[in-house]
Amino acid sequence: MAEPLNRDAAAIADRAGQLADEAQRLAREAADLAHRAAQSDAPATDPVLFGLTVFALACFVGYYVVWKVTPALHAPLMSVANAISGVVVLGAMIAAGPAIFGVSKLLGFVAVVVASVNIFGGFIITQRMLQMYRKKGD
Amino acid sequence: MEASIASFAYLVAAVCFILGIRGLASPETARQGNWIAIAGMAIAIGATLLRPQIVTFELVLGGIVIGGAIGTVIALRVKITDLPQLVAIFNSLVGLAAVLIAAAALESPSLYGIPVEGGLATHSLVEIMASTAIGAVTFTGSVVAFAKLHGLMQSAPITFTGQRAVNAFVGLIVLMAALAFAGWGTAGLFWALALAALVWGVLVVIPIGGADMPVVISVLNSASGWASCGIGFTLDNPLMIITGALVGASGAILSYIMCRGMNRSLAHVLLGGFGGETEGLTGEAADRGPVKAGNADDAAFMLRNAGSVVIVPGYGMAVAQAQHALREMVDLLEGEGVRVRYAIHPVAGRMPGHMNVLLAEANVPYDKVVEMEAINRDFPSTDIAFVIGANDITNPSARNDTSSPIYGMPVLEVDRARMVMFVKRSMASGYAGVDNPLFFNENTMMLFGDAKAMCEGIIKSLE
Repeated sequence: MAEPLNRDAAAIADRAGQLADEAQRLAREAADLAHRAAQSDAPATDPVLFGLTVFALACFVGYYVVWKVTPALHAPLMSVANAISGVVVLGAMIAAGPAIFGVSKLLGFVAVVVASVNIFGGFIITQRMLQMYRKKGD
Repeated sequence: MEASIASFAYLVAAVCFILGIRGLASPETARQGNWIAIAGMAIAIGATLLRPQIVTFELVLGGIVIGGAIGTVIALRVKITDLPQLVAIFNSLVGLAAVLIAAAALESPSLYGIPVEGGLATHSLVEIMASTAIGAVTFTGSVVAFAKLHGLMQSAPITFTGQRAVNAFVGLIVLMAALAFAGWGTAGLFWALALAALVWGVLVVIPIGGADMPVVISVLNSASGWASCGIGFTLDNPLMIITGALVGASGAILSYIMCRGMNRSLAHVLLGGFGGETEGLTGEAADRGPVKAGNADDAAFMLRNAGSVVIVPGYGMAVAQAQHALREMVDLLEGEGVRVRYAIHPVAGRMPGHMNVLLAEANVPYDKVVEMEAINRDFPSTDIAFVIGANDITNPSARNDTSSPIYGMPVLEVDRARMVMFVKRSMASGYAGVDNPLFFNENTMMLFGDAKAMCEGIIKSLE
């Protein structure tokens, strides 16, 4: 009596194990599929379109933020704009960074120097100016 | 993984830049805003240093150190009166950097992950083309603006016959080169485009006169932003796109404000040739009636006995470096119980906000400096309007003489004050070459002399 029962239990356990394996395989496949789906989705967001989206939104942000700037601070606004447009240094750094020496590395180096002048010069002159703005009694 | 770290850092940096500009909404938050922007830049550069494309650091860090040292020395040494030149030269550097990076991207596109199979894609070529053209025009245009502002070149318009035709022709060459480059994308066409745009930048700015520089600087500032935006598109870098758009928008808004302050269209300013003949109508001055001239003692006596005084500074004050003497004079008057404020016209000086910075440098508290719209209401209740080194921005013909070249331009209505004092070197007309009828008014006193010497004379008399 106990013998066949044990056998049945073993068989069921076996099937359960197989099922678990099967489920795992299916899950893996599903994940794989999802991954592939995600990958095939990626090229669908065209980088140019993505860039244009960012650009359009940034223009609106710029428009509203800049109109809020008080006219008394228009000069520091220009110099801080100079400083942050030095952000092109990021592109210059990548051109100046590779192991092989070539034309683009040289171009990158000059661009790093030029953009760094802007970043340091722009932020420092802005700070110098802003330090002069005082309220009565300060 | 490292790519997402960089992207996240760039996002943080973009937010910092926006907050930095947001801080300029008030002088109280401005300094903090600047520090936030500096932090954003540090984060962006730090994250870029970790990127795998950068394997050797000598030129990268060396470039930052060299450029940083140059920038620091310039910014610490420059005189505040030379600020317009400084902004002009910084604009030019952004333009130059944009051209150099565009050239590097064309030389080794794979470095930036730009696909190269079968030549660059059209959109990449268009992006490179746009940043090169805008960057090159910004570069040389700003160098010319710098030379004019710094006195290395005559600031009056440089004109020659057939100028517009030449400019149009070179502009056409730029356009053709741009289209050809977008089509074929060869290095030769790239340099042809860059060269043509460099020449065009010079040609466009030389016919523009000194007093139009606030507009020119703003436009070039805007252009430097659009150039970095173009680079951002080429390199697929959202931070550069965002920053470029912020700077571009900022410059565009300032250009608009400056043009509105002169009641002229952007095209009218940029086509240039305005304000060439400064001799203007001065020959007729004698027919306009007698001019009442006074000296420092007369002025001191009247200023001391006035209840309220509004000071109207102009570019002449900057040239004479009179801001410190002026502030000393005001301190003495305030000691006598006179209420003194300063009125600023948006286009006074050579760049947006120029007068505000000069007054701030002379320790004038910013809450005593009032913008045009706000102060114009108060002139009828003002005893004395003290105009120092300004002319056109106070000319009442802009309000009531439809035949005047400056008709329609918003002006400071100093003629509504009980009395007007003009500190001027001579009777010469202003930049626009227009006579100022105020000089011949009953209640106008002309104080002939150098702005600084006149202030010092008044100080002596007050003491």
